[in-house]
Amino acid sequence: MSDAPVVLERRDNLWRAALGSRSLVIGLAITLVFVVAALVSLAWTPYDVTKLAIAIKLRPPSPEHWFGTDIFGRDILAMIMVGARTSIAVAVIAVGIGIVLGVPLGLAAATLRGTLGDEVIMRGNDLIFAFPALLIAILITAVFGPGAVNAIIAIGIFNIPVFARLARGAALSLWTREFVMSARVAGKGRARISIEHILPNITNLLIVQGTIQFSLGILAEAALSYVGLGAQPPIPSWGRMLSEAQTMISIAPHTAIIPGLAIVLTVLGLNLMGDGLRDLFDPRLRRSRL
Amino acid sequence: MHTTSRLMALAGALVLATAISPALAARTDISVGLVLEPPNLDPTAGAAAAIDEVVYANIFEGLTRFGPDGSVNPALAESWDISEDGLTYTFHLHAGVAFHDGSEMNAEDVKFSLDRARAEDSTNAQKALFADIASVTVADPLTVTVTLSQPNGSFLFNMAWGDAVIVAPESAAANATDPVGTGPFLLEDWVQGDHVELVRNPDYWGEPVKLDKVTFKFIGDPTAGFAAMMAGDVDTFPNFPAPETLPQLAADPRFTVIVGSTEGETVMAMNNKRAPFDNVKVREAVAHAINREDIIDGAMFGYGTPIGTFFAPHNPAYVDLTGLSGYDPEKSKALLAEAGYADGFETTLQLPPTPYARRGGEVIAAQLAEVGITAKIENVEWAQWLEGPFKGNYDLTIVSHTEPFDIGAFAKPGYYFGYESEAFNQIIADLTNTTDPEMRTELIKQAQTTLAEDYAAVFLFELAKTGVANAKIVGLWENSPAQANDMTGVYWED
Repeated sequence: MSDAPVVLERRDNLWRAALGSRSLVIGLAITLVFVVAALVSLAWTPYDVTKLAIAIKLRPPSPEHWFGTDIFGRDILAMIMVGARTSIAVAVIAVGIGIVLGVPLGLAAATLRGTLGDEVIMRGNDLIFAFPALLIAILITAVFGPGAVNAIIAIGIFNIPVFARLARGAALSLWTREFVMSARVAGKGRARISIEHILPNITNLLIVQGTIQFSLGILAEAALSYVGLGAQPPIPSWGRMLSEAQTMISIAPHTAIIPGLAIVLTVLGLNLMGDGLRDLFDPRLRRSRL
Repeated sequence: MHTTSRLMALAGALVLATAISPALAARTDISVGLVLEPPNLDPTAGAAAAIDEVVYANIFEGLTRFGPDGSVNPALAESWDISEDGLTYTFHLHAGVAFHDGSEMNAEDVKFSLDRARAEDSTNAQKALFADIASVTVADPLTVTVTLSQPNGSFLFNMAWGDAVIVAPESAAANATDPVGTGPFLLEDWVQGDHVELVRNPDYWGEPVKLDKVTFKFIGDPTAGFAAMMAGDVDTFPNFPAPETLPQLAADPRFTVIVGSTEGETVMAMNNKRAPFDNVKVREAVAHAINREDIIDGAMFGYGTPIGTFFAPHNPAYVDLTGLSGYDPEKSKALLAEAGYADGFETTLQLPPTPYARRGGEVIAAQLAEVGITAKIENVEWAQWLEGPFKGNYDLTIVSHTEPFDIGAFAKPGYYFGYESEAFNQIIADLTNTTDPEMRTELIKQAQTTLAEDYAAVFLFELAKTGVANAKIVGLWENSPAQANDMTGVYWED
């Protein structure tokens, strides 16, 4: 009966808090610019990124080519737009893999707390976690060959333990709460409680972590394609643009600076957004600010 | 004792002082930048060009040697006589030649070296060079007679290769790490992964070299190579890996940019054994789809000469056949339609890690896309390339063949091109048996034309040798007729 107004009021507060958080607004704005650029590139780019025009290679930024042209005369703005698509697609799917596989594992471990199942799941996660993320990625691409799909799998795999640990930790603290108790008393099974009661209550945490992992995913994609293990030509990728430009930094600095800035700005935007979201969702932090 | 050592120190200081003042006028050491480090230092037991790039003419010498213009000159053999039938070569060796370990170089060493190279169990990378040798006999300590099983017009040329250098029986086994040759430089130090240091051989038999010390530094990264050049850490980079920075270096008065020719025919190999490239129409279509000028401009920054066959354009016997495979996308599409691929097809293009291949491959993939061929790019490392494409497991790949006069590669059975032509094999067989220069030229021209008309591969361009050197260095090779960095004639100008 009195549920509806309370929820509304909470939403209003959340909105207001969101708009008041400077890092969230700035982060969101930067991220949106790149997301929009990526989406627009699906339908339209200023020039065709697969068409080479050797005659106009390495031109500095100009009204025709806002960000100049690269070593093969391709428009860098168009390549950044399509590259944003590559980066975002890789990072989204990789984080998706992490959430889809990691969260159920974490929840299962929490329900099986103290049993062998918990141990097996979590030690398995520790095993993956023990390897530096990029090392796993290089291992996978070295075995299965370079390419965007393998980069996605590689980045996705090291996202699994992150989400599994987060989900388990958060779920454990919820299992002792009264509403879970009452659900158990009402006869709900463990799996059902995990899905119906635990999962909705850890969504905030997952969103914050997802944002941070998303920015790490973009960095990892850039790093992999920088060393030639990410998306293969002719698909534009920021990391590869950077590596191709590195010997030309003294004659055509824009070819290196622009993809570099794109990577920095996207990661910065996502991290600011993640910070803002965490402040917003974490009740303790919010209270201390008010 | 004490006084003596003090006197010695004083004398040493004086010597040093007098040594320094002329040193200010002209340096006697040089550091040379190389992209690849040799896996070992034995040119008779390894195919890597990097071995010869360090040791050829510097540490090891053969009976004959290549000059800077590619000519074959006397080296350890002062002179030679060739019998009427072209089967017997009598080499007269230089007297007073010693190996670096002090032992004398004589006819026995020559016999040992040639027999070792052509033996059944030989690990020589170019055994074909010695295939025609029937026997090697020692006439006297300074005379060796080599008998061939059939006349071979390029025998003296073959003996000039780095793979045919003369080694001593007692030191041959250890040459990989401790090379003992007859050359004007001795190995001083090899810090793996960093540099090889050579010092002057004081007992050299020939004309003394002007440099006291040569350091080969291995710098694989183009950016680091450019930085090392700018900072003066290396004095010369004979094969500079970053052609895009050459204009900047050329504008700097401290440096000279040396643009010469190499023996590097850069080709896009098409697997002649695999569909659809087993169809000559498809191969011709691919050739017409490719614009060489764009590749040279885009991938090589303009350094390179278009070729229409597997032969170096600076060779007098070269025939310009680029017209047979001129850029003509319409013709290419028509040929594809004739071959039954009106809608194009999908294929893969494997690229080893060199700028000409990686960059050139991107340009080629874009050009093939224009005529409807989708070439999926796969970047591979050299080890993968040698295991995959080089063993015939590929569709398309790009590589530069840098050995001199290697048109015969297309006649090698089972070679990775997959090209098999009785007519071509016959031409190469005839060529090997011919010593008459005019006849040879005629056969070489026929061989070139046959390859071009069969579209055995897409012949792209001849690699240019783009070197950078300190402007005060004199005597570096301008061209690259062989895989070598001959330091014997190099010196610093005042």
